[in-house]
Amino acid sequence: MSSETSTKTPEAAAVPPSGPAPVNKRVPRGHKRLLTRRDRITLAFMAGVPTVLHVALVWVTALASIALAFTTWDGIGLGSIKWVGLDNFHQLFTDNPQFWPAVQHNIIWFVVLILVPTPFGLFLAVQLDKKIRFSRVYQTAFFLPVVVSLAVTGFVWQLVYNPDTGLINSLIGANKPGHYIDWIGDPHLNLWAVLIAASWRHAGYMMILYLAGLKGVDPSLREASSLDGANEWQTFKNVIFPTLRPTNTVVLVVTIIEALRAFDLVFVFNKGAQGTELLSILITNNIIGESSRIGYGSAIAVVLLVISLAVIIPYLIATFRKERRA
Amino acid sequence: MDVPPSGLSLPSPSRRGLLRGVGGAALLAGAGIPLLSACGSSGSSSDPKTVSLGSNSSDAVPKKAFAQIYEAFTKQSGIKVDVNTKDHNTFQEQINSYLQGTPDDVFTWFAGYRMQFFAAKKLASPIDDVWTKIGGDFPDAMKQLSKGEDGKYYFVPLYTYPWAVFYRKSVFTQHGYKVPTTWDQLVSLCKQMKKDGLVPIAFGDKDAWPAMGTFDQINFRLNGYDFHKSLMAGKESWTDAKVKAVFDHWAELLPYHQDGFMGRTWQDAAQGLVAKKSGMYVLGSFVAQQFTNKADADDLDFFPFPEINSAYGQDTVEAPTDGFMVSKAPKNKTGVTKLLEYLGTPEAEAIYLKSDPSVVAASSKADTSSYSALQKKAYTMISEAKSLTQFMDRDSRPDFTSTVMQPSLQKFLQNPKGVDSLLASIERQKKTIFASA
Repeated sequence: MSSETSTKTPEAAAVPPSGPAPVNKRVPRGHKRLLTRRDRITLAFMAGVPTVLHVALVWVTALASIALAFTTWDGIGLGSIKWVGLDNFHQLFTDNPQFWPAVQHNIIWFVVLILVPTPFGLFLAVQLDKKIRFSRVYQTAFFLPVVVSLAVTGFVWQLVYNPDTGLINSLIGANKPGHYIDWIGDPHLNLWAVLIAASWRHAGYMMILYLAGLKGVDPSLREASSLDGANEWQTFKNVIFPTLRPTNTVVLVVTIIEALRAFDLVFVFNKGAQGTELLSILITNNIIGESSRIGYGSAIAVVLLVISLAVIIPYLIATFRKERRA
Repeated sequence: MDVPPSGLSLPSPSRRGLLRGVGGAALLAGAGIPLLSACGSSGSSSDPKTVSLGSNSSDAVPKKAFAQIYEAFTKQSGIKVDVNTKDHNTFQEQINSYLQGTPDDVFTWFAGYRMQFFAAKKLASPIDDVWTKIGGDFPDAMKQLSKGEDGKYYFVPLYTYPWAVFYRKSVFTQHGYKVPTTWDQLVSLCKQMKKDGLVPIAFGDKDAWPAMGTFDQINFRLNGYDFHKSLMAGKESWTDAKVKAVFDHWAELLPYHQDGFMGRTWQDAAQGLVAKKSGMYVLGSFVAQQFTNKADADDLDFFPFPEINSAYGQDTVEAPTDGFMVSKAPKNKTGVTKLLEYLGTPEAEAIYLKSDPSVVAASSKADTSSYSALQKKAYTMISEAKSLTQFMDRDSRPDFTSTVMQPSLQKFLQNPKGVDSLLASIERQKKTIFASA
């Protein structure tokens, strides 16, 4: 779609100034002043209150946690904040046995989401876009996991994976001593087990995004390709998929965000124990509680922030560049 | 009904818990700012006829039992107790900000290190005056548990419950097993049970705290109470050969533990004992809650963890104790003193135990006539103990136990061979955490 608009821009740039501009100017001419006093107060409130809230809740807290990452603090009294420089980070990178596994799991989370449920979601979307019978029913079925909260998803999948009484082990008889499959506890299995649950949800999410994208594909393109004698796969590969580029960008960003904020499912599943450590869970474990390690937890949060920025900044730069060009 | 005996396990995965978790993580720095704690305080400005009390007893049974105590107190003294009950886990997570804000006059809490921590931070008031009145009713071990590091009293214990090895009498009779009193007897009993087709030791460590109970038992049996206490206080090295020996003993027992424990909660593990599929279970007496059938419950029995080192025998009992503390600046000091004196009486304990028979009284004067056989045995074991421990996360810094020990013990259980590097890692992390105090 972006390619379409960009091809149109030369004409579009030529037309507008002559057309709508005078109309715009005529409207304010009816008023004596642009803004009344009341307007200005209203505006000040409308812009001011969100700004204050945003600064206080987003920027101050973010900067405070960055500052706290260089301290130790147990959360009791501001007097107990002690400056320790880079100690927290040093400890984190060298002594914390959970940190590197957590980073690794966040990466695995992203790779799996982008390689398995995303293509599957695209596949579903392409099938459903053909207006087959009961397409609405299928759509609803696949989208349902997205509607349900991840915490609930976690509970449901726990029932499936429970080693003693769960669905899988009961069906295949793997809940007896000797041949026992511990889906939730075994560090070689549990991350994959929880990723299946995450993928189950993610596929539905991707399907909806791609369905929306497919709705925007010009039907005449399909017609043209079928007139040219392209088969279904060729049409998809050479015509449909390239037009989905903007959707793909959104999908990529959404998936990265999903991988970085992965938390609730695992927290419900086994609280990020052996094999399922995640950065978000390490942060929570260190900060929440009666005698918390707020400085240390903040240091982990800063690491997560840096990773997020490293991903988001290139995306924003690319987006802004595109806008400027347009 | 999963009040963690350890207290500091993570919030149960309720929706609210999650939201709190997420919100807390997002707020980061905000987590400790007193502003969040406003919820607890009541409006009782300085009414001499009212004492406010913050309670973590959010479960139905204890909530009702406590309410009956306060009612009896009001009847006797004319002082009203204004109770603010908060969800058990929320209460623990917010305790920092709660005590720094405008806390209630009195609050429910745990004995041991976690009580001493807040006493040392000057977030609690000493109550020596109360203890001059109630001191005679408590055994020495309980007195020790109620004192801060400065030697002053800060805590009034109400009830306690022992950790031990639980088993079914009928299973033992059926197979002709004898209660093991030494380590070797325990190991050979495990072997025999395995031969007989039983799972020798029931185990579930999904919530990460039950393993700490096993560690405690082996450590104080092998190295004695003093070493255990001082290890928990961060004064001993985890790379010490004594600690290594604890893990060696544990590794010897591991093959007899129930498979797949990492994915199982303690409640599920208890089902093995209920169904007579498991022979023994090292846990707190709250395991009885899972025996809903009266006949099964009557069949449940326990024995103290067997002796490992004859120098210490079975002299230590792990008995987490719950009770009350006073906040830093109570509004109604006289009322508070009266209330705590009442809470220390055998009558108050009797009222509580009537409604909640899964625990035993902390007082040595309490009426034990209505106790079940299990309660009587638990009571005797605790009152005869030379030393009482609380639980790993009550005897040590909770931040250390939750962020270092819980994952480390789980790692050991997965891979018992990597002990040396694991202990070195624990020691390094311990040093930084205890240094930051």
